[in-house]
Amino acid sequence: MWTYIKMLEFPVNIKTTNAALATAIMSQLGGPDGEKGASVRYLSQRYAMPDKRIVGVLTDIGTEELGHEEMVAAIITQLTKNLTMDEIEKSGFYQYYVDHTTGIYPQAASGVPFSAATLQSTGDPIADLHEDLAAEQKARLTYDNILRLSKDEPDVYEAIKFLRAREMVHYQRFGESLRMMQDNLDSKNFYAFNPAFDKGATCL
Amino acid sequence: MENMCKEDLMELIQSTNFTVIELGLYLDTHPNCPCGLSAYEDHSRTLKRAVDIYERKFGPLTIYGVDSDTDWTWVETPWPWQKGCD
Repeated sequence: MWTYIKMLEFPVNIKTTNAALATAIMSQLGGPDGEKGASVRYLSQRYAMPDKRIVGVLTDIGTEELGHEEMVAAIITQLTKNLTMDEIEKSGFYQYYVDHTTGIYPQAASGVPFSAATLQSTGDPIADLHEDLAAEQKARLTYDNILRLSKDEPDVYEAIKFLRAREMVHYQRFGESLRMMQDNLDSKNFYAFNPAFDKGATCL
Repeated sequence: MENMCKEDLMELIQSTNFTVIELGLYLDTHPNCPCGLSAYEDHSRTLKRAVDIYERKFGPLTIYGVDSDTDWTWVETPWPWQKGCD
């Protein structure tokens, strides 16, 4: 069960349009390391997680990622508001415009549509948490790349900087989660086989 | 808090909401930390008070905060991405 709060997690107030930048930032909505993939990944992984504290981490971070999806969509919406046809043609945004006008569609900057093939939910808590740590780093570096492209847009820069900082905090929490998971493994499980599925197996 | 304008009160709600989210994540992996628990207590109380005042004066923030006496205000106030570039 979820409840919508009618506000953004961090304010987005962009005063000047920039269609080319919108195309790049799109990747954090529907790209391989974007916010939609993050929320689907964490919220899906919860069901195989045996430690209730880590279910809390996955629930709360997965929920926050939904809020980040909304922030990225707000940035793109405001960056493409009232574009002229001339701006659309010259910025390279026309390739997106032809299919989606200025609506929001989850895709990578390259135009590849969002795909769950970019993420995993393995049913193995240790494998999943390693994936989550990598996912946070990949999202952080994507924001670094976007920041380099946003230097002349202070309104965009502030919001992207906030989102980047969140990736780093999530990375910390997933690191603690992995440590808690490994600390509580059966002492005979030297190789960290799936503690959610192979618990009863004597042959490991 | 009672006399704050809409923009200032929203800013307070956003920043306090963020603090509560951040403390919540921290407490997920440090559930027995006394400093974390008492900070959570303080900030979540402030947030609740600010949201109550905001919803009473300026309109609902969640579907549970709609004052339905006259009309359905949930869809009357602007959605959060509808600003900038005006």
